[in-house]
Amino acid sequence: MTGTITAPDTGLLSPRRARRARPGFVVAASFVIVALVVLCALAGNQLAPYPAGKQDLMQTLELPSAAHLLGTDDLGRDVFSRIIVGAGSALAGPLVIALGAMVIGTLLGLLAGYRGGLVETIVMRWVDLMYAVPQLLIAIVIVGVLNGSYWEAVLVLVILTAPGDTRIIRGATIAQRRLPYVEALRVLGVPGRRILLGHIWPTLMPLTVAQTFLNFATSLVSLASLSFLGLGVAPGAADWGRMLAEGRELIATNPWTAIAPGVAIALTAASMNIVGDWLHERLTGRNSR
Amino acid sequence: MRSHAVGVFLFRRLLELVVLVLVISFLVFTLEYLAPGSIIDALLGTADKSPEVVAAMRHEYHLDQPFIVQYLLWLKDAVHLDFGRSIMLNVPVIQAIVSRLSVTLFLGVFGFLIAVVAGLTLGIVAAVKKGTGIDRGTVGLTVLGVSAPTFATGLILLWAFAIMLGWFPVIGQGDPTFTDRLWHLTLPAVALGIAGTALMTKMTRAALIAALEQDAIGFARSRGVGWWRILFVYGLRNSLVPILTAAGIVIASTLTGSVLIEETFSLQGVGTLLISSIQNKDIPVVQGATVLIAVFVIVINTLVDIAYLAVDPRTRGKAATA
Repeated sequence: MTGTITAPDTGLLSPRRARRARPGFVVAASFVIVALVVLCALAGNQLAPYPAGKQDLMQTLELPSAAHLLGTDDLGRDVFSRIIVGAGSALAGPLVIALGAMVIGTLLGLLAGYRGGLVETIVMRWVDLMYAVPQLLIAIVIVGVLNGSYWEAVLVLVILTAPGDTRIIRGATIAQRRLPYVEALRVLGVPGRRILLGHIWPTLMPLTVAQTFLNFATSLVSLASLSFLGLGVAPGAADWGRMLAEGRELIATNPWTAIAPGVAIALTAASMNIVGDWLHERLTGRNSR
Repeated sequence: MRSHAVGVFLFRRLLELVVLVLVISFLVFTLEYLAPGSIIDALLGTADKSPEVVAAMRHEYHLDQPFIVQYLLWLKDAVHLDFGRSIMLNVPVIQAIVSRLSVTLFLGVFGFLIAVVAGLTLGIVAAVKKGTGIDRGTVGLTVLGVSAPTFATGLILLWAFAIMLGWFPVIGQGDPTFTDRLWHLTLPAVALGIAGTALMTKMTRAALIAALEQDAIGFARSRGVGWWRILFVYGLRNSLVPILTAAGIVIASTLTGSVLIEETFSLQGVGTLLISSIQNKDIPVVQGATVLIAVFVIVINTLVDIAYLAVDPRTRGKAATA
């Protein structure tokens, strides 16, 4: 009897998809950029040619040279080193946001999609509320009024990001719930929790992983926006958004103080988006474009 | 029967709108309690703080009332656009916001128009030239445009066109004449429009490709219907729902983006007013600006939902059950 129950086709084993999924140049380049940024985040202090906070008031606002690849800022700090070290705060926060939203979204989405009823109504009302408001604006106002720290900003963004995951996981759970294999498991008397965690949840993994990458890119830009406005990150910290804000005043003398962090944010976020899109296409077998 | 379903849908959407606005207004009201320090200290500054003065102030600001009564009193005034006085500027909040509105509106409408015109054009071209180099290039730029934060694109534009080439002014919004505003706000609007353009392009392209793959299009082609008519009448008309969705998202993100862009280009708009009020803990202004922007976004979302009914008859039947 149980031998006839097969897992739903997620497209993972379909040969046509495996062929199409071979990464092109752009995807490969994106993976390289992501890997480089992760490397800088893990070992930035060892890789950077100068300490990120080291001031040299004799060499302020220098243009790029062999000694300072991207020049120096108004306090004589090496811009290139600060970009490398800045990868740390650029990745740490978004990683927590993306993973936090994934955990909350998966739990609430599975629960709402499988249980239905009052639980679903309450969860989805909350999701609708979060969707209806301009999220970045709410984050700016809350973090600003509370004088929030970096990690408080991260917490606010987790709460604002989780509804997106919840909605997607709920939708996918409802689709799975209707499939015959779930019905069969129920008939066999498998408890609801085991159906949910042991059978439905694994089929949603590809979707979750892809969404987590996309969330990562979005929250990287959101956190950078907050620190650009002077919220969350302390002044003088080697943080890309903060550097951009401080570089804005120096753009006429050494434009790299502003352009380098801007390009760093844009390239990292774009690479994360491309990797996320590619994973989504490959893992779910759906053409997202 | 069908008009009945539409009526029920409209009623439900309006009810949802009211509930959402109430919830948002309550959350915004509680900001005053979340903020460190009391409003009395902020108002009195270093002035005399005798118990009588404080008690009188507490009474004037209804702080001696229960929390929920305070909220209702605040809401009653807020409905009449009375959000109290700005602590920092010492003028009514609504006056402070209105004085900054023209720059933000100009910037927002300009940025939105750029996004719609450029986004639709690029999206249609990419969909028609699907699979070619033009298409791949457009898709690549789209990913970059969606990912790059507006303030980063803004600064790069500022450096290239204002500082290096000197074509545009570096900061400020200029005189309140149309041509001067246009000259001053072009770079900020382009920066704001790039993210919107990318989103519009992405959604238009995907929707149009899906629409052109329908059997009806192939049949029309075999009947000898001209490509112009197929593209704009059959194809685009069937892609309007996703395009409208994108336009709604672009309006909302343009508003948030303008906060960042105004800060980047030092423009005296509602966004910079909000940020300086946040920094100075001028809570009445923060409340007023946040409520107005949030209500605006909620109204736009509702209008987009209603517009679906107008552009796609298929949604009308589903409306009552949605």
